[in-house]
This record gives sequence, structure tokens and C-alpha cells, in this order.
Amino acid sequence: MNFRHAKTFLLGAIALGFLASLAANQINPYWLFIFYDIGIGIVMAVSLNLINGYTGQFSLGHAGFMAVGAYTSAVITNQFGELNFFVANGIFAVSLYAGGLAAALAGLLVGIPTLRLRGDYLAIVTLGFGEIIRVILQNMEKVGGARGLSVNHGYTNLFWTFGLAAVTVYVVASLVNSTYGRGFIAVHDDEVAAEAMGINTTKYKVTAFVVGSFFAGIAGGLYAHSKQFLTPGGFGFMQSITFVVMVILGGMGNSVGVILAAILLTLLPEGLRMLSGIEHLPGFSAERPLGWIGDTRMIIYSLLLIALMLTRPQGLFSFRRKRN
Amino acid sequence: MPSLLQLDQTTIRFGGLTAVSELDLQIGRNELVGLIGPNGAGKTTAFNLITGVYQPTSGEVAFDGKSIVGSKPYHITARGIARTFQNIRLFPSLTVFDNVRAVFHLHLRGDVRHALWRGKGYHAEEKSIADRVMELLEIFQLGKFRDEAAKSLSYGDQRRLEIVRALAAKPKLLLLDEPAAGMNATEKVELTRLIQFIKDKFQISILLVEHDMKVVMGICERIVVLDYGIKIAEGKPEEVRANPKVIAAYLGE
Ligand SMILES: Nc1ncnc2c1ncn2[C@@H]1O[C@H](COP(=O)(O)OP(=O)(O)OP(=O)(O)O)[C@@H](O)[C@H]1O
Ligand SMILES: [Mg+2]
Repeated sequence: MNFRHAKTFLLGAIALGFLASLAANQINPYWLFIFYDIGIGIVMAVSLNLINGYTGQFSLGHAGFMAVGAYTSAVITNQFGELNFFVANGIFAVSLYAGGLAAALAGLLVGIPTLRLRGDYLAIVTLGFGEIIRVILQNMEKVGGARGLSVNHGYTNLFWTFGLAAVTVYVVASLVNSTYGRGFIAVHDDEVAAEAMGINTTKYKVTAFVVGSFFAGIAGGLYAHSKQFLTPGGFGFMQSITFVVMVILGGMGNSVGVILAAILLTLLPEGLRMLSGIEHLPGFSAERPLGWIGDTRMIIYSLLLIALMLTRPQGLFSFRRKRN
Repeated sequence: MPSLLQLDQTTIRFGGLTAVSELDLQIGRNELVGLIGPNGAGKTTAFNLITGVYQPTSGEVAFDGKSIVGSKPYHITARGIARTFQNIRLFPSLTVFDNVRAVFHLHLRGDVRHALWRGKGYHAEEKSIADRVMELLEIFQLGKFRDEAAKSLSYGDQRRLEIVRALAAKPKLLLLDEPAAGMNATEKVELTRLIQFIKDKFQISILLVEHDMKVVMGICERIVVLDYGIKIAEGKPEEVRANPKVIAAYLGE
């Protein structure tokens, strides 16, 4: 794919998101919120893919950047009462952007000193960063501390989630699918050779980190105005792991695969929950014959992941990796 | 006019080992110089000093009249020195085409914003880069592999691709570290012709490290011999070949 029609794709996706949001009151709210989760998952996974997949770094702190964006945008919109439609969406856009910038700034602060580290060292530092964010938020009484922060407005809708998911995909794909962007993959492949070929590897890594964090911050803003309640614990280590798993499962550095993995991993726990809620099944006399799934949902989820990793270590959706 | 590359008393120590010792080396414009010596003599280390991978413990490295000591490797490449590696270091997950294209970011007029906006100017520039990449690949008969993964090429083709990739940086000085290693006799003859061709066509200087004496003696105008990091001889191929110190170094004394 030479991405000649990338902009058409982007505008089309945003228009589709807009139309879908007009029809949102026809959609069962339960599903609506799952759609939001999917869109947010896509933004998180695709942006992390720039860092962990294409550039070959190993960040375990993506949920930390999401938290920065979530709290920043929530604090901004909480300053306002009820507003008319246009003003409200304008404020929301500004708050999302501010959340992205705050997360990008955090990415820059973490990235510059740490991106000289390789592999597992970087993973540990970013993991530590994520935990620091959580602890700071827990102790910030202004944003509710450990009790959490109510977000007054539920501004997140299909337009914003899918529009911004499309923007994320567009930005990451455009970056990587360019002469400039081959540098990210060169860094991933061989840093010594990349430097010898004139590529400023530190700058590329920091760029990947900052752009990735920016979108994680935006995803955080969407999350805040969808759940309308934030707790520091919601952005822990396990959350970061989930996004890392999406990237690995999608086949590192494979945008389409990562999007599919984000969808699958968001739906999987919901699907298991639904199975356990089925009242009757033909052939079973007991009520809620699959109820046991409910209690063991997370175990099944983990086992499925292990099975997938063992059978398709190159990524679930990595059929052929051709890049041009 | 000063030489293109000038090393003055360049020394590097690794702990107790002096890998390159007070090396003086000049390379003129459009000159083809050989750098030889037994295993462990310090040839690759000299390359790493010139390209900024290592910093000299003492001494000077000047390129185009300016010191490059302390410069980062990517900066030195941008200044006009490109290299290949003794152990091939292509970008394995990129295609043959993209291995070369990645280097063209050095010559980009636009920055990241162009890649994001994807306007007319962007597409025109990418098109012209694609043309120039293909032109280079065709010169070295690698055009037919453009969409193959670099790692799937034969050994000889990978070596040639590494040279093409280095040339994409538009260097004034090309450093080749054992380009004939692992090649068969026919490939070596071809490579010899290729190196000569590169020097003439691109009008650049070449510093060649090579163990195969037929290749080195055949094309180099001047040869520098290292042994235990020390320059033990320098001169025309026939002079060097007859030098008793060189013979002793190669026979292991
Ligand atoms: N980073 C390093 N740390 C310690 N010692 C090193 C380092 N790099 C090179 N050396 C040592 O410096 C000496 C010169 O090594 P170098 O690789 O330059 O030799 P060479 O002439 O390229 O040999 P060959 O023909 O085998 O490639 C060797 O003894 C090597 O072990
Ligand atoms: Mg060597």
C-alpha cells in the first residue's frame, strides 16, 4: 500500500464516525460503550505499535500516559457546567488536545533520559514511570486521590472515538510509510547500522515515544468522558500489559493486525461475560449452564492469550509482512 | 588542498590493549587506498574511529579539513563518509528497495510534516526518491529484487546491497570492510571491477579493508599495512608486497 489515498481514507472514516454518532440513540447503550472501548483500544494499541512494534522499543508504561491525558482533560471539562452542543464539543476537543500534549510532555521527560537504555532496561524504567504516575495521582487530593475523580460530562461519542482512532491510524501509518519513516524500522532492525546510515536513532526513538504518548493521552481523554469516573488504579501495570499484548498479538509493526487485535481483546472479556449470562442451553438442565465462566473469566482470558502466543508467536494476524 | 581524510597520531586503547596506535593516514580525493593486516591488526577499529563509533583516546581525525572527533556517527555520515560492515548489517525486515530508501532521508527537503500532510510536494519527492533508488539498484543488478526482504538475498547480493545502501548516502569517502569475504572466485572478480567502477562513476575516494590479496593488489593505488595496531608499511602494491616487515607480519614471524 503506497498510501496515496490515505487522506481520502481518513476523511471517509471521520465522516462514517459522524454518521454513526447521529444514529447512536438507536444503538443499545451496552454496545455503545463497548464500541467506545474498542475505539479507545485501537488508539492505544496503534500508538503503542509505533513505539514497541515499528521502532522496536519496549515500553510498559502506556497506561501511565493514558492516565496523564485522562486526568488532564477531565480536570479541564470539569471546570464547565452545562453548555450548548457546539461549545461543549469545542471544549471537549481542546481538553483532548491538552490531554495529548500533557502526555506527550510526560513522554518527552521520560524518553530523553531513558531511550539510551535497551530492551528490558527500558521496559523496567517505563514500568516504573507508570507506577509513579499512579502513586502521584493517588496522593493528589485535588483530583480525588485514591477515591477517584468524577467526570461531569459524558462527551465521548462514536464520532470522537472513531474519528480519533482514524486519525491515530492515519498519523502512524503516514509516518511509517514514508522515506522519513523507514528510519523507525531501521532503528528497530539494527541501531548500529542505522546510525552509520545517517539516522539519528535517539531522535527517532524520542519522536516515536512522544507521538505514541500523545495519542495515549488522547485515548485517556476519551476514556475519561466515556466512563465518567477515574481511579488511579484503572491505569495500572495490568492495563499497560493489555496494550502490549494487543501489539504482540497483532504482529508487531503490523497496523491492520494490531487494530484487529485491539478489537478482539476488547470483545473477548465481554464475550465470555455474555456466555456466562446465558440462562438456558438446550441439553443442559441447570440454570445458567455456563455460569462458571463468569468466575473464571480472567483465567480463561489469560489461558487463551497463552495459547495464542504459543501457537502464533509472530502475531495472530501476521500473515505476510511486506512493507513498502 | 588538504587531503579528504587525515588521521594524525590517532590512538585508541581498550583497557590495556592498544588496538590502533599513533596511526597517520591520508586519503586524497578520488583515491583508492587499501588497508591490510593480519587478523586483529586493528583495521575494523580504524573504521570505527573514522565513522565515530569509537572516539580516539588521543590523536586527530579530520575530514574535508575539519575535525570529526566527537561527532556522532549519523553526523559523520551526513558529512560524507559511508561504510559497509565486516559482518553484513542490512535492515533485515526491510525490503531491498527500502534498505536503500531509508538512507535517502538524508537528502529529504521536507520534514515529518510532509509525510503527514501528504501533499503534492511530498508525492513528487517520494517519486523522485523511488526513481533514484531504482537507478542505484539497477546499476548493481539488484533491481529485480526490489520487493524481496533483504535477508532473503544470497550472500554476495547482500554484500553488494550494503555497498548500494552506503552509496545512497552520497559519500565523498566510502569505507569497505572486507567486501569480498564469503564470495566465490567469480564474484570476487566482479567485485573488483565493481569497486573500480564505483570510484570512477561516482568520483569518490575508497578505503578498502580486504584479506584477499588479489583483490587488494589488483585495484589499490596505495596500501597501508597495520600489525598490532601499528602502521608497519605504506606504499604502492608492489613495494608493500616486497616489504620484509609485511612478509614477516603475514607469516607470523
Ligand atoms: N570494543 C572493543 N573492546 C575491546 N577490544 C576491542 C574492541 N574492538 C576491537 N578490539 C580489539 O582490538 C583489536 C583489533 O580488532 P579489529 O577488529 O580492529 O581487527 P581487524 O584488523 O579488523 O581484524 P579482522 O581481520 O579479524 O577483522 C583486536 O584485538 C580486538 O579484540
Ligand atoms: Mg575487521
